[in-house]
Amino acid sequence: MKTIHKLWILIAILAVLAPIGLVLPEHFRAGAAWGEWSIEEIKNLIGYIPKGLEKLSSAWSAPLPDYALKGQEGYPAIGLSFSYVVSAILGIIIVAVSIFLIGKFLSKKE
Amino acid sequence: MHIPDGYLSPQTGGFFYLVMTPLWIAASRIVKRTLKARQVPYMAFGASFAFVIMMFNIPIPGGSTGHAVGGTLIAILIGPWAAMIAITVALVVQALLFGDGGVIAVGANCFNMAFILPFVGYYIYKLISVKSPKGSFRRALAAAIGAYLGLNAAAFFTGLEFGIQPLLYHTADGKALYCPYGLNIALPAMLIEHMLLFGWIEAVVTFLVIRYLQKEDPILIL
Repeated sequence: MKTIHKLWILIAILAVLAPIGLVLPEHFRAGAAWGEWSIEEIKNLIGYIPKGLEKLSSAWSAPLPDYALKGQEGYPAIGLSFSYVVSAILGIIIVAVSIFLIGKFLSKKE
Repeated sequence: MHIPDGYLSPQTGGFFYLVMTPLWIAASRIVKRTLKARQVPYMAFGASFAFVIMMFNIPIPGGSTGHAVGGTLIAILIGPWAAMIAITVALVVQALLFGDGGVIAVGANCFNMAFILPFVGYYIYKLISVKSPKGSFRRALAAAIGAYLGLNAAAFFTGLEFGIQPLLYHTADGKALYCPYGLNIALPAMLIEHMLLFGWIEAVVTFLVIRYLQKEDPILIL
């Protein structure tokens, strides 16, 4: 098997295992990443919501926020893990296809 | 390390779009000159790897979370300029589709993770691995050290961008408008967690993949 095919298998394995990155922080009661708190969390931290932060935080509403499928947000672990894997696969396909298109445009024939 | 919208002023966000624009242009010119068609699948692999490895949030028990990026590893496979494009694509998809990192902040996030990280990591790797054989242990170790320092350099700039906000943007009564934590908190917070934990994850991931490639197909390693 070619190395690149083995590397794609690695990507597939990582996509399926991705919910580890969801369950572990939950298990160890780790909060949000530093500087990535929600509006409510920041209010708890400093006692007020910075005005500009409040305004800009909703500048963009992503279709699948936090890698969760519609209707699965806040579901218990299994539903969230499932949508996390689906998001991983979807993201990988979009990223890979974009690079193949960019690469086709940028790379030179040998 | 994905700065969300609201934590940076629009001016700071705009500034990093301005900084990144010539870098993106330079990257596409250099990649156009040097990237071979057979390297494109490795570029797609690199971008996909960065995308998915960033989903593995590692917890600091009772504290915060962080993750590896794989930036140095990608640069060792396809060069730092192509790595910059690959990681940019991963970050843009994360921001637009999944709201991981802001859209106003994507220029800053690209500066930290798609520019600083792969360039610092790659050139430290090059420096330490100089004249060592492709399959040598020193080369894999050089990659790990580059990865560790590259991620920490990115964390440093992220802390800097957070930390200057309350200094520059506040109300008349001293309340912050954007990120409320200054350099004295933001810089050590970002640096310490990356020096103690996430940097090591980045180093180990890079070391393992490079070690595997050395056995499998050493010609792939730059």
